[in-house]
Amino acid sequence: MYVAVKGGERAIENAHRLLAHERRGDRDIPELSLAQISEQLSLGVDRVMTEGSLYDRELAALAIKQARGDLIEAIFLVRAFRATLPRFGATEPVDTGAMQVRRRISSTFKDIPGGQVLGPTFDYTHRLLDPQLADGAAPDAPATGEASTGATPRVTDILGRDGLIEPSPPAEADVPVGDLTREPLSFPADRDLRLQNLARADEGFLLALGYSSQRGYGRNHPFAGEIRFGEVEVEFMAEDAGFAVPLGSVALTECQMVNQFKGSATQAPCFTRGYGLAFGQSERKTMSMALVDRTLRARELGEEVIAPAQDEEFVMSHSDNVQATGFVEHLKLPHYVDFQSELGLLRKLRKEFAVANEAPPMQEAAE
Amino acid sequence: MNAPAYNFAYLDEQTKRMIRRAILKAIAIPGYQVPFASREMPMPYGWGTGGVQVTAAILGPDDVLKVIDQGSDDTTNAISIRKFFGKTAGVATTTSTTDATVIQTRHRIPEAPLHAGQVLVYQVPIPEPLRFLEPRETETRRMHALGEYGLMHVKLYEDIARFGHIATSYAYPVKVNARYVMDPSPTPKFDNPKMDNCPALQLFGAGREKRIYAIPPHTDVVSLDFEDHPFTRYRFDAPCALCGAGDSYLDEIVTDDKGGRMFVCSDTDYCEQRQQAGHRGSESAAPHKERAHV
Amino acid sequence: MTTVAELPAGFADKVLSAQSTFRSVMDAMARPGSVQRIVSAAGTPSAMMRGTAAIALTLFDHDTPVWLDGGMSATPEVAKWLKFHTSAPVVSDSSIASFALAGDPENLLSLDRFAFGSNEYPDRSTTLILQVESLTDGPFVELQGPGINGTAALRASIQPQDLFERLAINAALFPRGIDVVLVHDDAIVAIPRTTRLARGG
Repeated sequence: MYVAVKGGERAIENAHRLLAHERRGDRDIPELSLAQISEQLSLGVDRVMTEGSLYDRELAALAIKQARGDLIEAIFLVRAFRATLPRFGATEPVDTGAMQVRRRISSTFKDIPGGQVLGPTFDYTHRLLDPQLADGAAPDAPATGEASTGATPRVTDILGRDGLIEPSPPAEADVPVGDLTREPLSFPADRDLRLQNLARADEGFLLALGYSSQRGYGRNHPFAGEIRFGEVEVEFMAEDAGFAVPLGSVALTECQMVNQFKGSATQAPCFTRGYGLAFGQSERKTMSMALVDRTLRARELGEEVIAPAQDEEFVMSHSDNVQATGFVEHLKLPHYVDFQSELGLLRKLRKEFAVANEAPPMQEAAE
Repeated sequence: MNAPAYNFAYLDEQTKRMIRRAILKAIAIPGYQVPFASREMPMPYGWGTGGVQVTAAILGPDDVLKVIDQGSDDTTNAISIRKFFGKTAGVATTTSTTDATVIQTRHRIPEAPLHAGQVLVYQVPIPEPLRFLEPRETETRRMHALGEYGLMHVKLYEDIARFGHIATSYAYPVKVNARYVMDPSPTPKFDNPKMDNCPALQLFGAGREKRIYAIPPHTDVVSLDFEDHPFTRYRFDAPCALCGAGDSYLDEIVTDDKGGRMFVCSDTDYCEQRQQAGHRGSESAAPHKERAHV
Repeated sequence: MTTVAELPAGFADKVLSAQSTFRSVMDAMARPGSVQRIVSAAGTPSAMMRGTAAIALTLFDHDTPVWLDGGMSATPEVAKWLKFHTSAPVVSDSSIASFALAGDPENLLSLDRFAFGSNEYPDRSTTLILQVESLTDGPFVELQGPGINGTAALRASIQPQDLFERLAINAALFPRGIDVVLVHDDAIVAIPRTTRLARGG
């Protein structure tokens, strides 16, 4: 006697209850607050905002808490919420040249107007686990000094003054900026859509692709022209008012890679650019993004497309971790109907194989 | 904090309009994959987001919704999607194929014949039937534009040369209205003939791949084959152990680790209706008892 | 000059009216030649029939350029109403229109002036919404194609009288082509690009 398995609905409810319980962990340990996550796991929050495509520290912190620290799951939560928000329009382009810089380095010049600003970075920390931190020791107060009032022009603008680097393409006021969340993507894709895709792309995926280009799979000789992190003003053109209204400021990291020069009989040689931009302090992300932005310009710059990092359809179709994780993990869903179909075919082929080879049939229950 | 407030059937009206326009074009060009700006849904890509968006765009308060996965109303993903629409649209739900006005499915077409006025919404993982032969969208789009499907026939023919049969048992490609080669989603090829001249409207949604396509009612849908190797349905040759049906697609249930197995209808509604009508199989239990997993 | 307050109203219940109107249009498109009713009521500019107005409120937005024929643009009312309720851009170039509204079908523009889409993207085509005299009386035509079980009979009084002859272009162009929705009052009939004339016309 066989009774069909039932009760999936209760199983789901129970699984959700158990998940909530596991998320909380030992109830004798104090619960994490969103402020704690936002303040003390701030780089995780920055990544979730960047790849979640939504600038909201509190929601990103909530997502990280709800996702038990699984950042891709948190990004997914933020994206799903973002998809329900009404779209009012696009802001005016932000001016990263006017950034309130908290960190700013260039690897191409020893000194630059406005100076190198090391800022908060892991770069020169010795990676030794710190037992004092385990005990919750309060860190020393940061050193202070006179804020510089001088401008901090972008290194690429300095190079650009002498024509040594290709100019950034001018903004075309009449051409709306593409948005791959509103319009289905088609190939070849313009650079605005490529950059949007890369900004939302999985950091690990871009890191690996950028790395592959450094190792020769689409090499383009990059220099880190400048990496800057700080606050920029955001303005929105209110059509009714007829002028741009300030909305506040956001923290951004920008990376401008200076790459291999190009030139021709009619055009003087100059460096080319790769660009990366992300919310918060996201240096690995922006550097990887800038490398891949440059490799993806192969078609535009007349370079031969030979490596994965240069292949825009390959990169853009596989860069989104919410899409990727969904499709990889969907293999958990039942597939017994198609598997059964495959099983039936395989059994038939094996039977025919056995007959053809005059061997006794394989040990299989009778069909 | 921005507290979320959701619209009827979850999607905002702008998104619904965009999906509705894509559905109309899909119906007007049977088998052609219409690109649409698929939204991020509150369930993972690959778990039915395309089907869910199509259903959300068509569903109204008078609809009666049925959701199946692997032919069953009680698989976890079917339950999850049914609950989603119960919660966001407040529509009536049913497990009866006949009573439903909208049926969302993954991997099966119900055994009971569909009727005019019904809409069958398929969840589709990879909408492009040529994708495994040619991974580039730019190339496959050109092939569809020219109606150039030689590559597919070569693949099927290579199967025959190698195995003596076309070695595709599910997601078996079809030609719609004598023009577009189409992926029927990973349904077993047993279900393919049900798509041909079907009185119901068939809509296909692929969320991650951002495509919607359709088969209008009473449209020619032909499974690809060769004259000397005609398309055949496959079904395990046994009656259902619960209802005795000899015409339904069967799930294989492994009953022990000594080679014991039994076969029961994959379409649970079909099986239950038959049992209620008095049909019995070799392993029938009556009355039906609930057994919960924890 | 018309002010916003004087414009005819849109749907009373935007969400459910749009849903029910869409289902009527979807059923019409899925069953070419069948007469479907639009039940949701909305205010209509004088040049627009009820069905046309409901379809506009259901499917148009700022992503859908709309082209208006002479009948629809005789006064600025339709354009104003569309802009206010749907934000759809009204364009003068019919070849980039997602939708074309024809209120004076006798003088219908040659169909090749509309978008047929490309072979790669045949969906990038114009849907023509044509207001007609009757969808119950008039010459008899028999239609066939996807969505039709055998043949579908339609009795309609349609201008231009040679509409079906003109639509023969769809057979030659497929998968490119133009999809047509005929409207009379609250009744609609769809003639997608796959529908062929079996008899009459």
